[in-house]
Amino acid sequence: MDAVWDWFLWLHQEHGIKLTIFYDEWDRGRFVKGIWTTIKLSFVCIVFSVVIGIAGAWLQMSPYKWVRRFVQAYIQFFRNTPPLIQLYFFYFAVDSVVSSLLGIRGGALDSFGWAVVSLSFFAGAFNVEIFRAGVEAVSKSTSEAAEALGFNRAQVYAYVTLPLAFRVCLPSLNNNLINLLKTTTVAYAIAAPETLYVANQIWSDEYNVPEMMNVVWFVYIVLVGILVWFMQRWERSIKVPGYGQ
Amino acid sequence: MKHQKNKSLFKVEKSSDFAVMLPYTPSGGGAWNVSDMLRYSFKPQMGWLLFGLLGIWLFADTAIAQVQGDAEQTILQTLIKWTPLMFFGAPNEFGGFILNIAVSFIAMAMGTFMGLWLGIGQVSTNHWIKRISWAVTQLFRNSPWLVLLFYFMLLLPFTVKIGGVQYDIPGWLKATFALSLPIMANVSEILRGAIASIPTGQWESAESLAYSRTQTLWLIILPQCVKRMIPPWMNWYCILTMSTPLISILGVSDGMTLTQDALAAEGRSEFLIPMYLWLMSWFFIYSYPIAQWTQRLERRFAVNN
Repeated sequence: MDAVWDWFLWLHQEHGIKLTIFYDEWDRGRFVKGIWTTIKLSFVCIVFSVVIGIAGAWLQMSPYKWVRRFVQAYIQFFRNTPPLIQLYFFYFAVDSVVSSLLGIRGGALDSFGWAVVSLSFFAGAFNVEIFRAGVEAVSKSTSEAAEALGFNRAQVYAYVTLPLAFRVCLPSLNNNLINLLKTTTVAYAIAAPETLYVANQIWSDEYNVPEMMNVVWFVYIVLVGILVWFMQRWERSIKVPGYGQ
Repeated sequence: MKHQKNKSLFKVEKSSDFAVMLPYTPSGGGAWNVSDMLRYSFKPQMGWLLFGLLGIWLFADTAIAQVQGDAEQTILQTLIKWTPLMFFGAPNEFGGFILNIAVSFIAMAMGTFMGLWLGIGQVSTNHWIKRISWAVTQLFRNSPWLVLLFYFMLLLPFTVKIGGVQYDIPGWLKATFALSLPIMANVSEILRGAIASIPTGQWESAESLAYSRTQTLWLIILPQCVKRMIPPWMNWYCILTMSTPLISILGVSDGMTLTQDALAAEGRSEFLIPMYLWLMSWFFIYSYPIAQWTQRLERRFAVNN
């Protein structure tokens, strides 16, 4: 490994390409931490947003009009307002209200926490509709058959409707999750220490803006690539037999 | 386009009465697809919820202040005081919410222009043009907007010299260029998808009428693509508008920056929520009619097979 670090040091000394993240241990440490934070942030948000999506799609089938309206209002609010303002709204406004209500000094959650909350709600709003369209693709006779076998409403959803719906809506879900991964960069604005934020610190310290810019860009292309690869494999492995090529 | 592929993938045999899966009619591009969401579940009255909330709040606040005889400014008064700054920017300066709208317009125009050429490049018969156009499209489609913004804000020069005269490049113009790149990539994909959705028969019959490839593309295929492209294109316009506050991170004094400045000047935490809601509602008012219009166009342009 040292040979690799030395090579980058040589690259700097001979060609002036200053990639401190490879040969400077301190920069390397914080950059890796930044990437790790991005991965953690994306992963937690993906999980929460999918849970919100599944729960929301279930609530949208609720017999109570006000429950359906509430979910609808949630979707409209998060869809038609800019994600950056949502993030500020949570981090500055909601945080001050929550912490004064609970009597906590210095904020209820840190920037990472609010980024998780805000981005999960944001992506979750899209997921609700994605899952709902999927649920509607399951024919009524299927769920009626399940009902005839004695499943209750929750069981029909969990054991019959959702597993089928999930397979149909995976392509749309993929797109949304990729967008979520890309939107995690917005957490930069509230100083969550993710890749972009850390890179900014590094290029401010080391004056290597062009190099770090390219590195950051590359990192995100790779992260998105990994997510796409994984989701497409998953899509293929659970697809409904007899549908598609 | 993925969306079109899915539609045909899950087409159910008409003969079967017991289809396991009905056709999936999802929110096309997945995320950000305003019009599809609306098509499935929008109730017009829900759109006004945001204002309802804000209105009730302001009313309650004003009422309480009157009862208590407060000397301090009410939220409503503060909102009215700052609204001109947040909307039009500082006097003699280009900024505020109208800058967001201007940026969205210019970025959309530039992105569309570049994207159309890139999209045509993607269906080129020249192997290399095709490859390169595809790669450029994928590169800009899959990078985060904020990263692109940083990239071009920091790497483009501050000034240019044309014919010995030095011109300053304002920050917002660089930001606009950066925002136009993901639009370019997505318009390119929309065009490629639209061209792919035109039946091959159109190409073949044009060939039999002795049209050249260029003529076929410009006179027969592209005019038919326009109709199919308009709804997704308007969708991307909405997304772009929602992304314009990102430029505030890079120090452009758009609506977001000025709102934060106003909040800092007031220094009272109870103004945080109403001020942000107020700003959000402008974006909502602006994007909501466009989304509705997109939905209507989509229904009208729907291709019935």
